[in-house]
Amino acid sequence: MTREEVFETLNGVFQDVFDDESIVVKEETTADDIEDWDSLEHINLIAAVEQEFGIKFSMGQVVAMKNVGEMADIIMGQIKD
Amino acid sequence: MERGSLRELEYPFDSEYILKNAKKLRRVLLAEEGVRIRKKIAVLGGSTTHDIIRILELFLLHQGIEPEFYESEYGQYFQDAMFGNERLKDFAPDVIYIHTSGRNVTACPKPGDGREETEALLEEQFGHFSAMWDKLEADYHCPVIQNNFEYPFYRLLGNQDGAAISGRTRFLTRLNERFYQYGETHENFYINDINYISAAYGLDKWSDPFYWHMYKYCLCMQAIPEFAYNLCNIIKAVFGKNKKALVLDLDNTLWGGVVGDDGADNLEIGQETSMGQVYAEFQSYIKAQKDIGVMLNINSKNEEENAMAGLEHPAGTLKPDDFIVIKANWEPKSKNLEDIAAELNILPESLVFVDDNPAEREIVRMQTPAAAPEIGRPEQYIRVLDRSGFFEVTSLSEDDRRRSDMYRANRMREKQQTGFADYGEYLKSLGMKGTIRSFEPVYMARIAQLTNKSNQFNLTTRRYTQGEIEQAAADGEYITLYGKLEDKFGDNGVVSVVIGHKKEEELHIDLWIMSCRVLKRDMEFAMMDRLVEESRKEGIERILGYYYPTAKNKMVENFYGLQGFGKIKEDEEGNTVWLYEIPEIYEKKNKYIEVEMERE
Repeated sequence: MTREEVFETLNGVFQDVFDDESIVVKEETTADDIEDWDSLEHINLIAAVEQEFGIKFSMGQVVAMKNVGEMADIIMGQIKD
Repeated sequence: MERGSLRELEYPFDSEYILKNAKKLRRVLLAEEGVRIRKKIAVLGGSTTHDIIRILELFLLHQGIEPEFYESEYGQYFQDAMFGNERLKDFAPDVIYIHTSGRNVTACPKPGDGREETEALLEEQFGHFSAMWDKLEADYHCPVIQNNFEYPFYRLLGNQDGAAISGRTRFLTRLNERFYQYGETHENFYINDINYISAAYGLDKWSDPFYWHMYKYCLCMQAIPEFAYNLCNIIKAVFGKNKKALVLDLDNTLWGGVVGDDGADNLEIGQETSMGQVYAEFQSYIKAQKDIGVMLNINSKNEEENAMAGLEHPAGTLKPDDFIVIKANWEPKSKNLEDIAAELNILPESLVFVDDNPAEREIVRMQTPAAAPEIGRPEQYIRVLDRSGFFEVTSLSEDDRRRSDMYRANRMREKQQTGFADYGEYLKSLGMKGTIRSFEPVYMARIAQLTNKSNQFNLTTRRYTQGEIEQAAADGEYITLYGKLEDKFGDNGVVSVVIGHKKEEELHIDLWIMSCRVLKRDMEFAMMDRLVEESRKEGIERILGYYYPTAKNKMVENFYGLQGFGKIKEDEEGNTVWLYEIPEIYEKKNKYIEVEMERE
């Protein structure tokens, strides 16, 4: 899976979770950029991303993640394994 | 879109899909047409409740309940309940749900603690909860739903953790037992059994510490839909949204094979084959539903004769008598289902349709508001139906256990079929009034007609013309009686006739007939009581009854025996003669019909 493909898939997950088809996520997108993305919705988002890619984030990774780009890094790292 | 049509929210559902698309689902649900009841639900949490409320709302909306939520601040369940809380008071909840888990158990024995220390800890921990429930009951007078405790996710004492007095697993098990005891003596208190649901889900996954340490959820995110569905079942049951009846297919649903093609003898049901065992277990499960007040019905594409042959299979637990309405025909199943609802006098949406054929389920879903679960393979039927919670039990009453019998009897009463269930309570509920008198002019035609129509409940099958009837009525050597029966459903008219002729101190019964539609209503006993009374007035000491068998009257073969006569003669054709000595003190046999004897 290329980075573009990961982003494309991620974009779909974000649109579903926030029920907003206008969302376009980029490398530097953070919770501040998406209105409904608060700490509570974050939990649901993480679970949905895990399910979509068939991966599992560790606690350390979830805590350290700063933006969507870093999320994509972890995903690419895990699906390569 | 019609309300309740969101298949995504029906068990078995895709939890991941629901979690991911919750926002969209909510939008769709709120746009659905139809009437919803509004209920205020206070959620008092011992851990994070955000997503629990979010998902619970979806299931409630799907059940036709529009919830408004009060959510306690994080972990404040006890404080909210115990100490003056204006916000909760103003909210005035319709139901209070307390979301606690093993994570909230603070008093717990240490390894090596003895019985005494453990007992004290148990009292302390139970007291914490029971004081809160008592307070809630006093302050809010509404149903309280309380989680029990899931098993711990580790066992310090290994296998002894559940067995040793100081084991945490044992402690939580005992605490749960105390919760159940509280429930036994407090109405409006319901246990949300997360102990069972977590086990069914898989305790390791359920208790994944990731969700506790990251977000203070006492269960994993992915388990929330199953958890919320289970909780929703209690709430919708409390607010009267349970289903009421099962409508079952036959072929490959209640047995393996097609009875019309394979023949009843070749069906897979019973202990001989693995599949036969699966269907036998399923039949037992369905039969047990009657005990919780669920009404059973059949909706099958079959000749009725074949359907009955299948249901009479000796290895089957379910028998024709277990069902209230049996539709075995070639009508569309959706039409049968609507008819069944009408005959039971309940709404089609109260029905659960169980059929192995996805096409039939689809038709029923499209055409009716009944539930038609995806029941899966035969070995999955029980789990799917059970976990669906259509008939979630909140309390069990005598009425629940008897409902099926009552409905069945009523339906038979309405349809004037034979074979009433002989339940005293049911008979009493009919409020029956009988009129039993000597033949009167106004009824001569009806009496004559009855003597010519009655075949089954007819001891001698003697036919009379109206002239002969009038003659007997006028002749002092005869005792004649007709019986009318009325009940709360209406007047049945003249339903029984007895004619006897006197021979000194004996009365010989020439005719005793009764309409089968009042079978087992005590009418035959009321007639007997009256006959004895009339006989005494005439100085009769003995009554002789005669039974002449025909192809149709086998049902009364032993009728005189039931009335207390003794058989004194029998010939080769099976003709019998019976004798009844009228005793000094005659005890009336009829207990349920109020009989009016003389003309006002």
